[in-house]
Amino acid sequence: MTTPLIERPPEATAGAAASPAPASVAASARVIAGRPALLEDKSTHYCPGCGHGVIHRLLAELLADLGVAERTIAVAPVGCSVFAYDYIDVDWVEAPHGRAPAVATGIRRVRPEAFVLMYQGDGDLAAIGTGEIVHAAARGERITAVFVNNGIYGMTGGQMAPTTLLGQKTTSSPTGRDERLMGGPIPITEMLAILPGVAYAARGTLADAASIGKLKAMLRRAMEVQVHDAGFAIVEVLSNCPVGWGMTAQQSIDHLQTVAQTYPTGVLVDRLKAAAAPPAPAAAVSAPTTAAAPAPSSLTLEPATAAEA
Amino acid sequence: MASAVPPRPAPERVLMKGNEAIAEAAIQAGCDAYFGYPITPQAEILEWMARRMPELGRVFVQAESELGAINMGLGAASTGARVLVSSSSPGTSLMAEGMSYMAGSEVPLVFVDVMRGGPGLGSIGPSQGDYFQMVKGHGHGDYRTPVLAPSSIAEAIALVADAFEIAERFRTPVVILADGTLGQAMEPVVPAYRNPARQVFDWAATGATGRRPRVVRSLHLKPEDLEAHNEHLQAKYRAIEAAETRWTGELLDDAELVIVAYGTAARVARTAIRRAREGGLRAGLLRPISLWPFPSAPIAELASRARGILVVELSAGQMVEDVRLAVEGRAPVAFHGRTGGMVPTPDEVLVSLRHLWAITAPRPPEAGRDERPPRRTARSVPIEPSMRRPASTPEGVDEPAFQEVWR
Repeated sequence: MTTPLIERPPEATAGAAASPAPASVAASARVIAGRPALLEDKSTHYCPGCGHGVIHRLLAELLADLGVAERTIAVAPVGCSVFAYDYIDVDWVEAPHGRAPAVATGIRRVRPEAFVLMYQGDGDLAAIGTGEIVHAAARGERITAVFVNNGIYGMTGGQMAPTTLLGQKTTSSPTGRDERLMGGPIPITEMLAILPGVAYAARGTLADAASIGKLKAMLRRAMEVQVHDAGFAIVEVLSNCPVGWGMTAQQSIDHLQTVAQTYPTGVLVDRLKAAAAPPAPAAAVSAPTTAAAPAPSSLTLEPATAAEA
Repeated sequence: MASAVPPRPAPERVLMKGNEAIAEAAIQAGCDAYFGYPITPQAEILEWMARRMPELGRVFVQAESELGAINMGLGAASTGARVLVSSSSPGTSLMAEGMSYMAGSEVPLVFVDVMRGGPGLGSIGPSQGDYFQMVKGHGHGDYRTPVLAPSSIAEAIALVADAFEIAERFRTPVVILADGTLGQAMEPVVPAYRNPARQVFDWAATGATGRRPRVVRSLHLKPEDLEAHNEHLQAKYRAIEAAETRWTGELLDDAELVIVAYGTAARVARTAIRRAREGGLRAGLLRPISLWPFPSAPIAELASRARGILVVELSAGQMVEDVRLAVEGRAPVAFHGRTGGMVPTPDEVLVSLRHLWAITAPRPPEAGRDERPPRRTARSVPIEPSMRRPASTPEGVDEPAFQEVWR
């Protein structure tokens, strides 16, 4: 269950009706990837090279893997990824800009049996929605938050976001982000990680295949935190915006290495001491509380663990 | 001595504060969840819910802001829950965003605005200064929201249940528009609670178990799609106008001067028309209960035979614009308003009535009932006899004079 995405045989993905192998493929050939059942079979509206598609795929796989798809109520943000509801086949509610954590709170409170997934970009979560995200996290709402940080307002034409790197040129910081005038990048996941209601906070990246595997383990962990009713969970994903950044797709993916210098990846906090199934996330991710697996029922919370490099 | 002891009130008759009555009415109407943020003069709704909802196993959340509260309401109501959100004027401005989204995505919710003086932070005194905001749409975009304006605590209790019913039947947010006086005052009432029947929602996001996934959304990027959606909304609004236009009147049959007033202003006006009649001036009162849909047709009909119309509001003049649109020049329309938390006295209103009398001419008797018949558009409703009296209006309780003239 913890192998990276590209090595996963489709039959191991619960409920995944993978695309059938072409008839020309020899009987001995092994299909190692297919379209997850929850992912609509259609072209997305995302720009070539955009990271949203990869993240959608990971979520579609994990929702099926964890067996929560049928009770999932997901919350769509404002921004490019508002159309996530056109691609991932679960129930969705569309939130006003920045308000997804409040909308998710309302859903969570009246539907305790639901699995609540929240998808937000960096303008949505770290600028207009700072009040909502801080308080949803502080209340320890049982929500799994996917925070896609591409450092820019993509849908509106590439304006500066709170997460834009220093010196980065955008359509609203044409000479580069100047710390004196525009402030510096906001490490909001680190800020959230100190709140007692946050059971899990981590930052992954789409920089390469290995990182995507680690990211998937983080997302799985963040979902397990909700399944175990342990608190608020957030995974920040360093993603790209080739068009907004003025780069080719490959350049934008390479640039994620630079982005990670401002936003180091790793697990910031993991207060879920889970011995229960599902088993520990990928070994690539530092999750010391899951190393030893005692009695399945001994689900307890621990203080924040040190961030992994 | 024993005979001097007043009779005990009927056991079911209780003294209730407006805000608490609204909150309890929502609870008795089956409200599943309440989300709010403290603001005067509606904080008692929040406090009442904080105590009552958890003890009933229902949801109460004190949000981080009014933005948080309304959007928690949006989320909860999107799953089909019966949700109440309340605030007062400055807070309702923050909630305008969520109301627009709920109108667009057709999410039912009951929203209470206990109006206070404005603009800005204003005052905490009673006001009707949010009429434009609530009646003309509240948030951005091209939509309407039913607005119910109680004039007494007993009526507020009845209208809360009606509001849930309208919200769910038409998939729309519904506003209860009260003011600081109604929220803070205490009145003896026999609470006529009602729990409207639950509907099966085929649109709510509940988890796609054994069915196709659902999306509760207001985004329609294709112009053709959004126009079609807007036409659907407008058709719904026409249906609401036909079914939910509410008003009541008092002493209108022979009235030469007609006051149009709602909420607390109507309470003042009611006293004023009685004092006017004691002085020989035939005055009557038309009280809109639904501010949208607005009772334009009965106002137009009255205007065709009245000598003049006086609009009384706790504002600088907002509903008066809708009255003038209904009157369409059939009669002079005057306005008497106070702002900032000030409430006009009945005698003040009486002075305005006398002034209106003095500056207007009587209707020529030969003109009869006016050669210009009131316009009947698709939006207007017949004046009588179909003005529906809410089934939940308590019998024999409060404002008997109003009840005599329900049509």
